Amino acid sequence: MIEILSNSALATVQDLGREGGLRWGVGTSGAMDPLALAAGNLLLGNEESAAGIEIPVFPFRVRFAEDCAFAVTGADCAATLDERPLMPWSTYAARAGQVLNLGMPQGGAWRAARAYLCLAGGVDVPCVLNSRSTQLRGAFGGLEGRALRKGDTLRAGAPGHATRATGIGLVPPALVLPLQVDGCPAMRVLPAAEYEGYTAASREAFWTTAWKVTPQSDRYGYRLSGEALEPIAAMEMRSHGIVPGVIQVPPGGQPIVQMRDAQPSGGYPKLGTVIEADLWRLGQAPIGSRVRFIQTTWDEAVAAQGEIRAWLDESRRLLELRQGLRYAA
Amino acid sequence: MSTHEATFSVLGTTAALFEAPGAMTLAAQQRIWALAREAQTWPEVREAVPGMNNLMLTFVRPPRHLGALEARLRAQWERAQPLQLEGRVIELPVVYGGSGGPHMADVVAHTGLTIDEVVELHSSPLYPVYALGSHPGYCYLGGMDPRIATPRRKVPVLSIPGGAVSIGGAQTGVSASAGPSGWNTIGSTDMCFFDPTRDPPALLQPGDSIRFRVEKVIR
Repeated sequence: MIEILSNSALATVQDLGREGGLRWGVGTSGAMDPLALAAGNLLLGNEESAAGIEIPVFPFRVRFAEDCAFAVTGADCAATLDERPLMPWSTYAARAGQVLNLGMPQGGAWRAARAYLCLAGGVDVPCVLNSRSTQLRGAFGGLEGRALRKGDTLRAGAPGHATRATGIGLVPPALVLPLQVDGCPAMRVLPAAEYEGYTAASREAFWTTAWKVTPQSDRYGYRLSGEALEPIAAMEMRSHGIVPGVIQVPPGGQPIVQMRDAQPSGGYPKLGTVIEADLWRLGQAPIGSRVRFIQTTWDEAVAAQGEIRAWLDESRRLLELRQGLRYAA
Repeated sequence: MSTHEATFSVLGTTAALFEAPGAMTLAAQQRIWALAREAQTWPEVREAVPGMNNLMLTFVRPPRHLGALEARLRAQWERAQPLQLEGRVIELPVVYGGSGGPHMADVVAHTGLTIDEVVELHSSPLYPVYALGSHPGYCYLGGMDPRIATPRRKVPVLSIPGGAVSIGGAQTGVSASAGPSGWNTIGSTDMCFFDPTRDPPALLQPGDSIRFRVEKVIR
C-alpha cells in the first residue's frame, strides 16, 4: 500500500484504456503516454496493461506502507527514495516507510510533462466496464472516479515481489524512436475527412509552422495556438464518432487535438488525426512548448504502429533475459 | 455534411468513418443501425458506433488494405434495410431559459423567434434516440425542428452542468454530466442517464425516444 503525501492535483490512476464502451458514450481514457506506462509495467513483470499512476504536476510524494517494487517512467523528474537519487525508467525496491519524491521534470535530451509510477502487480483499484482507468467525466474507474488527493491510499496488486527486481532499466522511446522537426517534437498526421475543406495557405501553415501548446491543454484535449486555420466555406457537421488524436478546428481556427479523455464523438470539422503511434509524443509535450506536424500515409502510419509494438516486444525480451522473470502472458 | 454519395475516411489508424449521403432522416439512421449490427461481426472491427447518419468503426488492429474495408462497407450499405428498433419513451420536465439556459438569447438572436416560439418548437416533437456519444449516457436525438437550428458556439464552453438541454447546429440533446460543450444551452432537466453499475450502464439506447415537457419558462 502507498499513501499520497502531496496535494496531487490532476494525478489519476490509468491503465491502457477502456475498450467497448463507445456505444454508451464512454470514451477510452487511459495513459496519455501508454508507452511509458507499458514499459513501467514490463520493468516490474506486470501485465503491460496493468494500472499505474499518471502524474502531471510536481513535486509528487508518496510513502510506501509496505515493502514494494516500483518503477518511475515517463518524464525524468529527479526521483528520490528517502533522498537517494534514482535512475529514470528503472525498477527499485522500496522498504516500508520509505518516501518517494518526484521533482520537476528535467530538461536535457527529452523534456516531458508526465511521469508514471508503476507498482508490482499494478495499482489495485476495481475494474469498471473492463478498465481501471479513471473516467473523470463519468466519475467512475480509478480511485472513486476522481483525481488523487493527499491522504489517499492505493494498494499494489503483488507487493510481495519487492525483493526481486532492482536497478534494471530501459532507454526511453523518445531516445530510441526520436521524431523532431527544427528541434520541436513532431507527430505524424493522417489527413481527415475535411482536410480539403481548408484553404491551401492554411494547409501549408499546418505542416510548416510550429504550434504552441496553450495552458488550456489537458487530458481532454490539447488546444494549440498558431496561424488561424481558415475553411474555404463554413462547415457544419453531423455528430460522428471521433478518437484520441483527431484534430478538430472550431470556427476560431485554432486546432484542438483530442487526447485520452476526449469525448467519443464530436461535430467540429477534422483537419487530420495524429496517428496512434505518435500520440504519446504529444501527451508528453509540456504546456508552453511547441510541436510540429508531419503529413503521413496509411502505410507509414501502420508501419509506425508496428515499430511501437516491436519496441515493447524487444524491451520485454531484454528484461526477461536480465531478470529471469516469467510472465503469465 | 450532406453529400450525394456516401463518404469513407479514416481517423488515424484507430478508426474509419462512414457517412451516409443525403438529408438526415430516421430511415437513413435505421439503415445505419443495420450496418452497425453487420459490421460489428467483422473480425477487424472492435466496435461499430453509430453517429448521426454515420458510422465509426474502431479497429482491433488497423487493416492492411483499407480499400477492401471501404468496398465492403459501401456494398453492405447498399444492401442495408432499415432496422426497426422497438424502444421506450422517456418524458423529461424542462425549465427553459434563466440561469439553466444561458444561451437561450443566442438561439433567439440567431433564429429571429421569441423565447416562447423556441420553447414551443423544441418541446413539441417526440425525439428518437439516434445514437449515444459525447460522454457516458449522452443521447443524440433526431427530429428537431430546423427552424430552431443554431450553429455551435465559436469557442466551446469549458463546463456545462449535467441535465443541460442544448442545441448544436440542427441537433438537440441533454448533457448527462458536467463537462465542456460547444452547444447552446437553452434549459435544464434532472435525470440519471448513466450508472456504471447497471447493465447496460446507459439509461437509453438507439430506438428509445425522449419527450421534453415544459415545466417552466424563464423569460
